[in-house]
Parts: sequence; C-alpha cells; structure tokens
Amino acid sequence: MEHVIETTLTVNGAAVTRRIPTRQHLIDFLREELGLTGAHVGCEHGVCGACTVRVDGKIVRGCLMLAVQAAGRKVDTIEGLSDSGEIADLQRTFHEHNSLQCGFCTPGMLIAAQALVQERPDASRDEIREYLSGNYCRCTGYQAIVDAVEEVLQSRKSGVRA
Amino acid sequence: MKAPSFAYARPRSLAEAFDLLEAHGDGAKILAGGQSLLAALNMRLSTPDVLVDITGVPGLAGIRVDGGVVRVGALTTHAEIEHSPEIARHVPLLAQAVPHIAHVAIRNAGTFGGSVALADPAAEYPACALALDATLVLAGRSGERRVAARDFFRGLYETALGAREILVAGEFPLRPGYRSVFLELARRHGDYAIVGLAAHARVDAGRVSDVRLAFLGAGDRPVLAVEAGKAVEGRAPTADVVKAAQDAVSRDLDPPGDLYTSTATKLHLARVLTGRALVALVA
Repeated sequence: MEHVIETTLTVNGAAVTRRIPTRQHLIDFLREELGLTGAHVGCEHGVCGACTVRVDGKIVRGCLMLAVQAAGRKVDTIEGLSDSGEIADLQRTFHEHNSLQCGFCTPGMLIAAQALVQERPDASRDEIREYLSGNYCRCTGYQAIVDAVEEVLQSRKSGVRA
Repeated sequence: MKAPSFAYARPRSLAEAFDLLEAHGDGAKILAGGQSLLAALNMRLSTPDVLVDITGVPGLAGIRVDGGVVRVGALTTHAEIEHSPEIARHVPLLAQAVPHIAHVAIRNAGTFGGSVALADPAAEYPACALALDATLVLAGRSGERRVAARDFFRGLYETALGAREILVAGEFPLRPGYRSVFLELARRHGDYAIVGLAAHARVDAGRVSDVRLAFLGAGDRPVLAVEAGKAVEGRAPTADVVKAAQDAVSRDLDPPGDLYTSTATKLHLARVLTGRALVALVA
C-alpha cells in the first residue's frame, strides 16, 4: 500500500503534480511544498478557521482534508484570490476598519467573508456574525470585521465597489 | 499535531472497497468527508493502517424520493441537505438540524453517512433518524441489509455496522400531516451540543400524536423520550400538558455530566427544550 502518492491538482489556476505523503493535510502541502503560506495552521482540528481555503469553489477546512484527496480538484488560496483582485474590496475595507491586528486569522476570514458575500448578499449583521462564527479572531473582538464585511455587502449591492 | 503515517486507497466501486476492508481488517478505516476523522487523525486519537476513501464510489451521493421514502445517500454533504428542496418538503427536520452542525466550511465537506456511522452522541442526524423512525441501509459483500435507527445506535460511538460493511444510505418515510422542530443548545454557535432535541409529531387541530422526542447530548447514544411522548399523546400542549411532558423527560433521561455541564443542568435544559418544542410543533 502506498504511503506516498503522485497527485495532480490545480492550485490558483495552475496544474501542480507532486509526490505527496498520504498523511499530509492540504495546508501543510500548500505551505511547505508550494510555499503558499497565506493559509495558516492553527488548531489542526477544524475549530479555528485559519486554514480556510476553497476547493472546487467551496470553502473548506484545509486541515481536515488530505492533500491527496485534492487530486483532480481546483484549490484556491488567499494568494490566488488576492492576485486576481477578487477580494480587493474586502481587503480594502478590512484595512480601513482596522479589522486585523496580528493578522493570523485574516486570510481565512477573508475567504470565508468572500463566500458569505457571494452566497448571502442580503445578510444582516447577525447573519454575518453567524456565518463567520467558524473563524476565530483573538485580537479584534470581531466588531470591526463585521463592519468591513457589511460595507462590502452594501457596496457590491449598489454596484459600486468599495 | 500531525497525523500518523497510513496508507491511502480510493476504491472505484463497493466491491473494491470490500476487498480493502477484508484485506486490512481492523486496520482499515473508511474515509468520507473526513470532518471528524481528519481531526482524530491529527490528534492521533485514531491510528489506522489504511484509509479507504469511499468518495470515488459511484451511487453513494444524492437525495431521491422513491417508494414512500426519501433516500439520503451516505456521501450527501450537510450543505446539500441544507439546501435540498426535497428535504425541505419531505424531511424538514434534517434541514432544520443542519445549521447546528459546525460551520459552513465543515458543512461543505462533512457527510450524512459519516455522521451517522460515527454515532457521536452529540451529533444531530442520529437523533433526527431516531425521531423520524428512519432505516439505515448497510451494504456488505453479500448484499444490503436494513436496520431501524432505534436498533442501529448501540452505545458510545457504537453501531450495528459490521467491520466489513459500509453505510450507504438512510431512508426516511414520507409522513404527510407531521411537523418537526429541531432545537439545540451549545456554548457557542457550531460547538458540540450541550443538549438538543429532534421532535416529530402528527399535528391535527392543535393536538399532537405519534410524538417522538429524540434527544442528543443526553446519553451515550441518541435517546427517545418515550414517557414524555406518551404524556402528550393526543393532547394539545397546554401549560399542564407541557409540565407533564417535562416531568416525564426527567424520568426518560439520565444524561452523564461533562466538563462544563452537570447532569442536573442537562436535565433542566432538556426540560426547557421539551417545552419549547411542544409549543413550536403546534404554532
């Protein structure tokens, strides 16, 4: 039985083939093998949300997925979302509202916030809080994060990007 | 922490999966959505020799209404159940339960079958399956067998599932005229339940009958509060009737305390949920 498997996946639009140890989770693979250190390793049991990435367009916990399970799938990280400009407005409002201090949670928070803005364009402040409740921030007290997401929800709805 | 070393196989059919389970015996572990298993591996609470990833087996995902039942395939994700029109129409209890399962990122990956097969006593679907009198479909080399939910959950993480079997689906009978309510109390949204209640009953002119109150987080497995169900059978949930049901719940349940919540507190909260659920059923 194989403990290392040659695996091909797409990361931020580019095909990647590597021999991957079966026990390695997706975040360690992205960080250590590909040098994509935006997604962070926090709790490693699915609680903190710092490792949130997108797989086939849906947000998942990167620590709760083996890298070999990503074979044939499309993985998007904060680097990809940032480079494409997809979340430029969220990044700007996070900056303007001081929605981060240490920044450890911020990549996961931004990816989750982008999913929220896409899936629930009419979300209330309570719904923003509930949606982001799977992403822990130990610095900000969340208020500024909710402010930033709320501003983007309103600006995208009005068609004028923040 | 990091997971221990294990081999990984992704069978393309049930037959291939059974080959792997037979070859590796107790050393094999089935991987579906992985939202509990990966955490257990990372914490080295589980140390399998080989992971059998069944997500490449065709026919195990999806929701189908057929022959008086709604069949939910084992690989159907929580998010798919949450947004399914068939579930909303025919088995709304499941859709009501899903928002209590962790968070969106986990609901996008975790599966119905994984939750049921793991049988965490604080999990949502096992209690729903019990309240809805569901049947679980178990596949083995020699074919399928069907086990009622009330016989499936046998203890803490213990089920009727054999070592060489795979849970392939749950079947929920269509019950027109019934209503359901799902309530859960947790320390924070998405955390494991302190106590929760899956309630299902026939509702007619403000009266409830065939009442099934299944609790989660209240024992070593989901627990049906039989006496509480009897206490409200055929009646409208007036203050007196609710009180009688709440008193019966105290006899039906003997929840073990945990680090944060004592037995007495859990019982109190179970009584509170009973009252809320009975009122909500007829609202």
